[in-house]
Amino acid sequence: MASQIEKKLTPSRILIYATLLLACVAYLIPVFIMIITSFKTTGDIRSGNLISFPEVWSFEAWAKAWSTACTGVQCNGVSGFFWNSIKMAVPAVLISTALGAINGYVLSKWRFRGSDIFFSLLLFGCFLPFQVILLPMAATLGKMGLANTTTGLVIVHVVYGVAFTTLFFRNFYVGVPDALIKAARLDGAGFVTIFVRILLPMSVPIIMVCFIWQFTQIWNDFLFGVVFASGDSQPITVGLNNLVNTSTGVKEYNVDMAAAMIAALPTLVVYVLAGKYFIRGLTSGAVKG
Amino acid sequence: MKPIRHLLAAIGLSFVLSPAHAGQVEVLHWWTSGGEAKAMGVLKEMMEEQGHTWKDFAVAGGGGEAAMTVLKTRAVSGNPPAAAQIKGHDIQEWAKLGFLTNLDDVAKEEKWDQVLPPIVSDIMKYEGHYVAVPVNVHRVNWLWVNPDVFKKVGVEVPHTWDEFFEVADKIKAAGIIPLAHGGQAWQDATVFEAVALAELGPKDYTAAFVNHDMDVLSGPKMVEALTKFHKIRDYIDPNAVGRDWNVATKMVINGDAAMQIMGDWAKGEFTAADKVAGKDYLCVPAPGTEDSFTFNIDSLAMFKLNNEANEKAQMDLARTILRPKFQTIFNKAKGSIPVRTDVDMASFDDCAKASMKAFKSTADTGGLVPSMAHGMATTSAIQGQIFDVITNFFNTKDADPEATAKQLASAVQSAL
Amino acid sequence: MAHSGVVSETASQPARGRLTQRLQQWLPKLALAPTAAMALVGIYGFMFWTGVLSFTGSTFLPSYEFVGFEQYAHLFSNARWATACANLAIFGLLFIFCCLVIGCFLAILLDQRIRNEGVIRTIYLYPLALSMIVTGTVWQWILNPSLGLEKLMHDWGWTSFKFDWLTNPDMVIYTIVIAAVWQASGFVMALFLAGLRGIDPAIINAARVDGASLPRIYLRIVLPAMRPVFFSSVMVLAHIAIKSFDLVMAMTSGGPGYASDLPAMFMYSFTFTRGQMGLGAASSIMMLAMLLALLVPYLYSELRGQRNG
Repeated sequence: MASQIEKKLTPSRILIYATLLLACVAYLIPVFIMIITSFKTTGDIRSGNLISFPEVWSFEAWAKAWSTACTGVQCNGVSGFFWNSIKMAVPAVLISTALGAINGYVLSKWRFRGSDIFFSLLLFGCFLPFQVILLPMAATLGKMGLANTTTGLVIVHVVYGVAFTTLFFRNFYVGVPDALIKAARLDGAGFVTIFVRILLPMSVPIIMVCFIWQFTQIWNDFLFGVVFASGDSQPITVGLNNLVNTSTGVKEYNVDMAAAMIAALPTLVVYVLAGKYFIRGLTSGAVKG
Repeated sequence: MKPIRHLLAAIGLSFVLSPAHAGQVEVLHWWTSGGEAKAMGVLKEMMEEQGHTWKDFAVAGGGGEAAMTVLKTRAVSGNPPAAAQIKGHDIQEWAKLGFLTNLDDVAKEEKWDQVLPPIVSDIMKYEGHYVAVPVNVHRVNWLWVNPDVFKKVGVEVPHTWDEFFEVADKIKAAGIIPLAHGGQAWQDATVFEAVALAELGPKDYTAAFVNHDMDVLSGPKMVEALTKFHKIRDYIDPNAVGRDWNVATKMVINGDAAMQIMGDWAKGEFTAADKVAGKDYLCVPAPGTEDSFTFNIDSLAMFKLNNEANEKAQMDLARTILRPKFQTIFNKAKGSIPVRTDVDMASFDDCAKASMKAFKSTADTGGLVPSMAHGMATTSAIQGQIFDVITNFFNTKDADPEATAKQLASAVQSAL
Repeated sequence: MAHSGVVSETASQPARGRLTQRLQQWLPKLALAPTAAMALVGIYGFMFWTGVLSFTGSTFLPSYEFVGFEQYAHLFSNARWATACANLAIFGLLFIFCCLVIGCFLAILLDQRIRNEGVIRTIYLYPLALSMIVTGTVWQWILNPSLGLEKLMHDWGWTSFKFDWLTNPDMVIYTIVIAAVWQASGFVMALFLAGLRGIDPAIINAARVDGASLPRIYLRIVLPAMRPVFFSSVMVLAHIAIKSFDLVMAMTSGGPGYASDLPAMFMYSFTFTRGQMGLGAASSIMMLAMLLALLVPYLYSELRGQRNG
């Protein structure tokens, strides 16, 4: 908001920069610790301290976490869990975003009697404490023959994710002038045409927001994963938790941290690559309430 | 002609080798620490030798809490595993709900009634029918000792709680952690159970934790037990919070700590570290409980399945578990003793031999009591209430034993 | 709701065939149908189901023997439930407050034409991309007295340094606040920054010309304009606070004792591990009630905003 570009380094600006840098350090340190620890050897961990650099940079812990670390009896590392998460997250993100876009479009541009009530009722899904639905959901999935399958997990994530995507898209489309839609209707465009030709092309930022949000939520979910999946369909968070809790006498913090990094990498990569859409999307979406 | 005959023979053989009844057994368990996982690997191999596929369903963490969550949702969804690690009162609960399958045929064939002590087989039966297979017997009231530490400090292994505190003071003064402990509710309860057994004696212990006698639960002996239990706080290190039991065992192995109160599954960790019982480590009954045996029996409950091949595999699993061969291999790896009293103990170590001897003798004297901390004594609801009171008491700095004893009684009452 | 968007106003179009027109009218509702079905069953149906369970004596699988309000009576006399609720109050309030203060403060600083703003912003925001399980694992290690921060300070010669909150039953809930604030405050910063960018610079310039100081401008003009951002943030944070189950699980498992228990943990453990499903269902219904107390005002303002705009 300071509209004049300030080039002078006044004392107050130095203070601002110092504060911002300090905050950067605070945010970075935990992951910094994770990374250096994952490259240490077990001996290194004992002799060094929290933020000392490894004596030798070793990829051993990473290799072990990926392919040979034990979770229970199986010693295949977290690689299998990793692919499970991919198989679960990608369809769930795509489906919930698509549904959210359509819902948002209807709820902002084709409002009907009761659509606002509907939206409010749906919004509640954003805040539902998921414990409430665990058992009924399990029973329902079982009757549908989808218990402990990746498909079942995808459905669960779509059902409880669609409230968020709808919220994002609705708030975004509310900002699109109605006149634009009206003009298109006069030109004879219908429900589908307006959506595909007019709204979708301008939705890239909000689609990115949805992708990031949903991917992060679904990838990082633990509760659904641990309850609705078993053995060969469990996602990475459950794998990580099992790995960390499978202690064979000595806590191998380097392997734990490497596994944690593996679990965190996809969301971090998505975030770093697409992070700019995050802010842009937020400006046009979530903030407008 | 010869090669062709060989070929034909080979084909014939391959048919024999891939039996038509090959099924899959999915086994849910939380034996995930070193010794335990190794022991489970043995069962896996033996099942695979019989041509079945083993689907491991290990859910680590929280002494089986996470595993039970998964099991319930699986059962509700109509897709239970073939076998699950369920024990004590929970077996009855599951059977009551109609989830468990009848194992009487296998039991008859294998003469389970003859080889299992009644106190064990009673737990495995629901309305007179076998629904679960016992895997092993653990003694919970053990004190694990690192003799080197004791020698260095110059103290003797304690036999009563008063001796324990005396010894612990000296060990602490020497800069060593007297008692290795993990601050998880079930571990707190395991230690408490040992103190309570010493203070109450087997009869009142049973009155309190099995029959829920309110006068005993809130009585003066219980107050004394709580007071001693709270004193143990002073002899554990501040980092015990949340520590896994096997990490605590490692502290005894390495000499960072002098003792640990833990069931004999701890032995698996000593064995895995190539330590020899009686030399590198000692196992003695927990102070004041020489003449008692707190038992914890692990068992696999068998669920009703709807696939014939898998059912066959399930029955083979039940059969295999109680065969002496598996009992010997498994229990040596796990640190427990066989449930069959007719298994030859010669190849077991001193601790297991002592355990077996105590198991047989306490069964006659009445010193054989079910472990409260391990779900043998009471329902999981009451056990949970006791855990809450005990763990909160143990973790509160200036807790009042008398008020806690009353609280204990009312907590049990509320879950009856 | 007299007006209904643009649909009704365009109803008097030249005739294009009755079928197409009827289809056009039904299409929007048809498009909502899958979501409506999912929400009806997945949210409200299942919620009702759990509500029913809370009035039964269900032990460790659902049963339908009704016991009235007995489970609720048990719940309110349970010492652990009281601890869990007190913890949620402490955790929720502190977490939301700290996130708002830190987020808002950093957003204002970042809004001062900062070099490399993009990089700094990215750094502040990245923890939100991490799983709570990951966050819990790493913070548990940092705060572990024998391995983490305390050891580091001792190594650096500050031997009297003591930071044992993780193992201290009275302080442990604050360690969870620390980890949660670390994870979510950047998100709040982003929300506020986006809000700040939406304010017309002309207003500020006018105030400056009038001789108002910068802090005064922010306090009097900018912050009041941030009201919607503030509400959005509180809602997102409340949601995270309720989901913090994973974080507690990974960091303390509710310990020491049950000192860091939260209602979500309580419900999980009673329903699934204690075999007291009725009680667990009752506790989850209580959690719902707490949420409703927060949500109703929010949804009200949401709807009112729509009518005005």
